[in-house]
Amino acid sequence: MPTVDQAVALGLTEAEFELIREELGREPNEVELAVFSLMWSEHCAYKHSKKLLRTLPTEGPRLALGPGENAGAVDVGDGWVVAFKVESHNHPSAVEPFQGAATGVGGILRDIFAIGARPIAVLDSLRFGEPDSARSRYLLDHAVAGIGHYGNSIGVPTIGGEVYFEGPYEQNCLVNAMALGLARGDALIRSAAAGVGNALVLFGASTGRDGIGGASVLASAELGEADADKRPTVQVGDPFAEKKLLECSLELLERGLLVALQDLGAAGLSSSSAEMASKGEVGLDIDVARVPLREPGMEPWEIMLSESQERMLCVVEPSRVEEVLAVCAKWEVGGTAIGTVTDTRHLRVFDGDELVGDMLVPALVDDCPLYDLAPEPPAGPLYPAPPRVLAAGVRNSREVLLALLASPNIASRRPLFEQYDSVVQSRTVRRPEQADAAVLALPGGGAIAVSIDGSGRRVACDPYTGAVEAVLECTANLACAGAEPLGLTNCLNFGNPSKPHIAWQLTEAIRGLADACRALDVPVVGGNVSLYNESADGPIYPTPVVGMVGELPDAARAGRSGFTRAGDAVGFAGPFRPRLPGSELAKLRGEALPDGLEEIDVAALRAAQEAIRDAVRAGELSSAHDVAEGGFLVAVAESCLAGGVGATLDLGPVRSDDDLDRILFGESPGAGFVVSGSEEALRRLGENVALDLFGTVGGDALDATCGDVRVTASLAELRASHAALEQLFP
Amino acid sequence: MRFGVVRFPGSCDEVDAVLACERVPGASAQLLWHGDPDLHGVDAVVLPGGFSYGDYLRAGAIARFSPVMESVVAFSRAGGLVLGICNGFQVLCEAGLLPGALLPNVERRFICRQVNLEVAQATMPFTADCSAGELLSIPVKHTTGRYYAPPEVLDGLETHGHILLRYAADGNPNGSTNDIAGVRNEAGNVFGLMPHPEHAVDPLTGSVDGLKIFSSMAHAHG
Repeated sequence: MPTVDQAVALGLTEAEFELIREELGREPNEVELAVFSLMWSEHCAYKHSKKLLRTLPTEGPRLALGPGENAGAVDVGDGWVVAFKVESHNHPSAVEPFQGAATGVGGILRDIFAIGARPIAVLDSLRFGEPDSARSRYLLDHAVAGIGHYGNSIGVPTIGGEVYFEGPYEQNCLVNAMALGLARGDALIRSAAAGVGNALVLFGASTGRDGIGGASVLASAELGEADADKRPTVQVGDPFAEKKLLECSLELLERGLLVALQDLGAAGLSSSSAEMASKGEVGLDIDVARVPLREPGMEPWEIMLSESQERMLCVVEPSRVEEVLAVCAKWEVGGTAIGTVTDTRHLRVFDGDELVGDMLVPALVDDCPLYDLAPEPPAGPLYPAPPRVLAAGVRNSREVLLALLASPNIASRRPLFEQYDSVVQSRTVRRPEQADAAVLALPGGGAIAVSIDGSGRRVACDPYTGAVEAVLECTANLACAGAEPLGLTNCLNFGNPSKPHIAWQLTEAIRGLADACRALDVPVVGGNVSLYNESADGPIYPTPVVGMVGELPDAARAGRSGFTRAGDAVGFAGPFRPRLPGSELAKLRGEALPDGLEEIDVAALRAAQEAIRDAVRAGELSSAHDVAEGGFLVAVAESCLAGGVGATLDLGPVRSDDDLDRILFGESPGAGFVVSGSEEALRRLGENVALDLFGTVGGDALDATCGDVRVTASLAELRASHAALEQLFP
Repeated sequence: MRFGVVRFPGSCDEVDAVLACERVPGASAQLLWHGDPDLHGVDAVVLPGGFSYGDYLRAGAIARFSPVMESVVAFSRAGGLVLGICNGFQVLCEAGLLPGALLPNVERRFICRQVNLEVAQATMPFTADCSAGELLSIPVKHTTGRYYAPPEVLDGLETHGHILLRYAADGNPNGSTNDIAGVRNEAGNVFGLMPHPEHAVDPLTGSVDGLKIFSSMAHAHG
């Protein structure tokens, strides 16, 4: 019989082990302890975050499928729904970046087709240490290659994403992947097992020893020195196998052969079978001897825990099993009936005739203790000031502009996104760097816009306001594409929640997300929590990543970020209140993070964003681009670069030298918009939102006058600075 | 005109190719299953992009042994029109229906980029709807797209005008010899190219220049 020490080694506490003994009414055997340790891990049970997550708003008029299923979904009209979800694969990627990132994409895609939607897009959100470290470059290079390897090979376009480089991610990089799927609303399938006597069919790849303990050992503990030894716990992805699995799953659904469908992710067969039984309020009998194996001699507990990729589990009426297996054979996908739905509410594991595990399903799924956090704001600064990279003497606005454009957090992401297929499936109306959000055409002529955002440094300055900013940055990006937000998914990447200051970051950030979502009427459709993102150097910046889907009625009027027409007027709109503390310029100057950010008037920002969105939708504007990192002048330069045309601006008088930096480079996330169009169109926009007209599109240089200061840079100079990341991909 | 687009396990752009073919006035398109040697009487065959059989072993190396490929070879020997796009081009080279081979890109990374192609030969049956020297804006997306042929073969291709498309000046994304983006066979009825014309058929998604390849085929068929 396993001992309490073994339970602790598997990540359980002594109290949890005692609770398991009470649940069973006896000592757990090896299989049962293994299954419990996974089901009660942070990764599967959300035991430190579940209570907080319940405070997020999850209701909305366009919600088609809320939290609880493999992915959430929103109604996009004409009977179509868009499913979407973001998930982390941080620790596997920190240990083995190529496979970690690749299987992150594979896992989130399975979540999408597990509910019956065809995956139509991937986005990714990445965080690394500063690119001057060899480790960061290694992680970046391999993670990007892994994402591309999986998405490109499976024929799902990677249409957008974001990446930040900050010291606190040096050891513990973040790899979050978001996927979207398209389905008819009436064709969605649930994961609840049903129908006593129905067969449980496992299909897809065979089962090996890879990834055992991935969820408990890797994802639910801090990173440490022995992580190289954990490489075998990282799963290995095979996008070709998943491509066949995807087409097979969708054909099974189209033929109406399935009662329920579920993917195998973290904790493998244990988690997917227990979840299916729990949702259906039934029991399941599984015979591990029938599971096709990659290698001989696997123990029952290994089969139950294996995280071998590219596998699905479905419930089928006995009379349809032959048909199901025939479809599997057509797609050259293995399929085996491995169990039966029962009315016992027990998950019973057999090895042939021998019963090797017997657990009450609610004990596995519902009875894991949930913990209250003990949040305390930190007594002092948690993070060191970033290293100064811009010399103290650099006050010249032109030099500052070029330095900001070359900053790793602002420079063009072209060397990354060119490694991703962004056009397969023939829906991509706006690719990376064409607009602030990616835009995909829908069957009826409408479109959706998608964005993913979240600056950990801002959240580190102020967890509440930083989280609000992340949501507003996302809605601002959608507005520039002309889209109205329909739903939000989030991935909460934080440190160890048993530390009071991390608990405080998490609590405050979720409060910020909840308040912003309520103020904007955007429901949360699902998400993921990744805790224990710490290394010996300390915790990561608290990083709530927000992914949002919006809709626009006419794909042909999707917005663009680049100036397009010489002679257009340039305007600046929105309740923009630029501040330097916490900005990208402050980082380049090596300034410590401020303790708190400026409070935000969410209602005012919402009104401004809606005015921009309506103008874009009406086809009034040539371009719309939101001001993010680097502030106003960087945003103008980005619009010049995206359109390949210059602009001449006169910003009027300023008071002092410091004020000039604040005006040109201060930040106010989600609040300011650089727009271009005819003067009349901009004046009409100015009736709905505060707007200054101060320039003209044209020429081959950016030429800005501010008081008696003039900043000029040719497009070639701007482009050269903006291409700084190319050096990372020789 | 009926196009048949082969679906191998691992094909990714087959549905896009069907949609592109269907944009040609009077044309229809259907999928052909890799395991079925029957071409169902189609007038032209398209081998689509993607990663047939995961590109395991070597891009296109396994797909050429599919049952459908025996029929495609026979179809091409009888003069039938065969278009290979990206992975389809790789399959055609592996099957010996086109000369040369596709090697890993010079930068050894996947690259997805809108490129300009120069029409080197505006001829029946694949590029007749273009004009010689015209620039076509079409995306490339591949890891293994560097065209290579031995010098004596290359000389023959150049001399006889078998190179139909080249990457425009300074726009060669993969290091292809002589900027070659697409070549035809000697008989002129088999054409392979790395860029994806099926992803340049709709103004909404960026360009309509690729449509000319499909419409040329339809016009050639009459």
